[in-house]
Amino acid sequence: MALLDIEGLSVRFKTSSGLFAAVEDVDINVDRGEVWSIVGESGSGKSVSMLATMGLLPWTAQVTADKMAFDGQDLQQLSSRQRRRIVGGEMSMIFQEPMSSLNPCFTVGTQIDEMIKQHLGGSRRERHERALDLLAQVGIPDPARRIKAYPHQLSGGMSQRVMIAMAISCNPRLLIADEPTTALDVTIQAQILELLLRLQEDTGMALILITHDMGVVAETAKHVVVQYAGRQVEKQDVKSLFAHPRHPYTEALLSALPERAGDQDRLPTIPGVVPGQHDRPSGCLFNPRCQYATEHCREVEPVAAPDDPASTLCHYPLDHPAAGTPPSAASSQDSPPQDPLSSNPPSPNPPRPEVRP
Amino acid sequence: MFKFFLVKLSQLVPTFIGVTIVAFSFIRLLPGDPILLMAGERGISAERYAQLKSQMGFDRSLVVQYFDFLKGLLHGDLGNSLVTHAPVMNEFLSRFPATLELSLFALTFAVIIGLPAGVLAAVKRGKTLDHSIMGISLTGYSMPIFWWGLLLIMLFSSTLGWTPVSGRISFLYFIEPVTGFMTIDSLLAGDWGAFLSSLHHLILPGIVLGTIPLAVIARQTRSSMLEVLGEDYVRSARAKGLSNFRVIMVHTLRNALISVVTVIGLQVGLLLAGAILTETIFSWPGIGKWMIDAISRRDYPSVQGGLVLIAFIVMIVNLLVDLAYGVINPRIRH
Repeated sequence: MALLDIEGLSVRFKTSSGLFAAVEDVDINVDRGEVWSIVGESGSGKSVSMLATMGLLPWTAQVTADKMAFDGQDLQQLSSRQRRRIVGGEMSMIFQEPMSSLNPCFTVGTQIDEMIKQHLGGSRRERHERALDLLAQVGIPDPARRIKAYPHQLSGGMSQRVMIAMAISCNPRLLIADEPTTALDVTIQAQILELLLRLQEDTGMALILITHDMGVVAETAKHVVVQYAGRQVEKQDVKSLFAHPRHPYTEALLSALPERAGDQDRLPTIPGVVPGQHDRPSGCLFNPRCQYATEHCREVEPVAAPDDPASTLCHYPLDHPAAGTPPSAASSQDSPPQDPLSSNPPSPNPPRPEVRP
Repeated sequence: MFKFFLVKLSQLVPTFIGVTIVAFSFIRLLPGDPILLMAGERGISAERYAQLKSQMGFDRSLVVQYFDFLKGLLHGDLGNSLVTHAPVMNEFLSRFPATLELSLFALTFAVIIGLPAGVLAAVKRGKTLDHSIMGISLTGYSMPIFWWGLLLIMLFSSTLGWTPVSGRISFLYFIEPVTGFMTIDSLLAGDWGAFLSSLHHLILPGIVLGTIPLAVIARQTRSSMLEVLGEDYVRSARAKGLSNFRVIMVHTLRNALISVVTVIGLQVGLLLAGAILTETIFSWPGIGKWMIDAISRRDYPSVQGGLVLIAFIVMIVNLLVDLAYGVINPRIRH
């Protein structure tokens, strides 16, 4: 039995112009001790799907799922009291903006203590000892002094460490990290990631890392979910994902990595932005930005092939041994799969959106 | 903290000087002459008029009169009332407790009702309860005090006979003033009946005076709560698995209070101003009624002295509010 078992998760927001589907039909299956990564650009619905799992979305959100279970317990059936026992205790989360995620009115110690008191209990002294111990575990120097600090007295990196200490304070079995390093300096980013992975190894908890950085994915995750415009477009092991990306979006993300750009002067980018509420295209949501898009892509919404282990949401998955080569992808098959964008495939029949070098 | 206090205190000095100038010139800008008013309909001879004028010091230049006023002020001497010849300070202090008692009662009423109403409206935002609370508070805010007071008197005092029409306490009781607060003094005297009677007299004027502050506090609490509810740290608090009550009352309200406390502080000035109308309607023997009388008699020393003292109290209250920020918000304290 998987630790976190989500099938067909959809989140819709009530807006003034009707319902907006921020997340649609997302599946994720995390086993004990596994490290997962959810990757995609801003607006892909990565955070929203995990916030929905935690039950942290505002009241305007409608969350539906065929299945949403944590450790066999159906999260949708639980009373809010029972669910609160899981949230924070067995399943906890850290956020993108550490500086604003801590309450400015309370000391670090109070905020950690509150969480321990809620889920583990214990005497005041025991809780204090545990808080000190946690701060030391996440690499905060001089915990006895820092425990009395207010959030505004901490740097971003320190704040994120405090958030991590809080998140692991009740020995969670699953930690969700929502872009934990995006708001931090590059030097601090690596430290925080290292810390998360070390804690994951030490405690054996499962870890879901939400990120838009393929580099981070490569360094951390074992399994990867790629999301685009609220849809899950691909799901693979990290090794095969990097070696054989199946969805053109994944491929484009990978080719934007500096390591893969080869000796080009400028890194390749994906033209355009993730469609929002009002500019969702018909057919495949990625088609306006996809270099392989055909008329078929523009008209028909793709569904994942049942025999596809990566459940790629594409009419013409790349590098698929079983399926026939699609007309537009044929040319790119000739070039090395990890670097198709740098090569210049001959123009297929339909005009392709320009890929800026 | 002490340094913070001193800085704030020193910032009050220029404000206070400005207040003295306004208070001094305001009453003299009004048409009318205290001596002529004193003389009444029979009139007064020119010699007697000049004699009285020089006796009261009004024949000197305004600048000299102002500095004379300032000099007395620094010694704690506001001069004597032209009407009663008693020191203005004594007149003020003997009436101020009545006003303070009424204002505190009104403020307590406004906070006790307004704060929870605002929190409730924010939590139930967009729902019927929210719309009702905000609608009622807007009505209360727009209500002219004197009209609202008269309406309540008509309903509760005349028709229903639930509350007394005027005064601080029933004529049956005589309570020796100790603190000047009728409620506290009657308790000190151990007279339970007198205490209930004084409370009974407080209710209606307290509600009338507290209505506008209540509306302001409720609206400010709501908007401030809504702002804080969208903060990341409130989401963090929910992610901890805390109860909804704790998320709202501890994590959200504590931060929302920062701006609510400012508004409450500002209401104190409004209460003292509003007290003038309310005291007149309910014949409440406080400084409001005293000030109205003094203005109509052009009692220069009483008016300027009273204004300066009221302004001084408002300034002190706002200083206390500034200090309260430090207690609520650690970013200011450190």
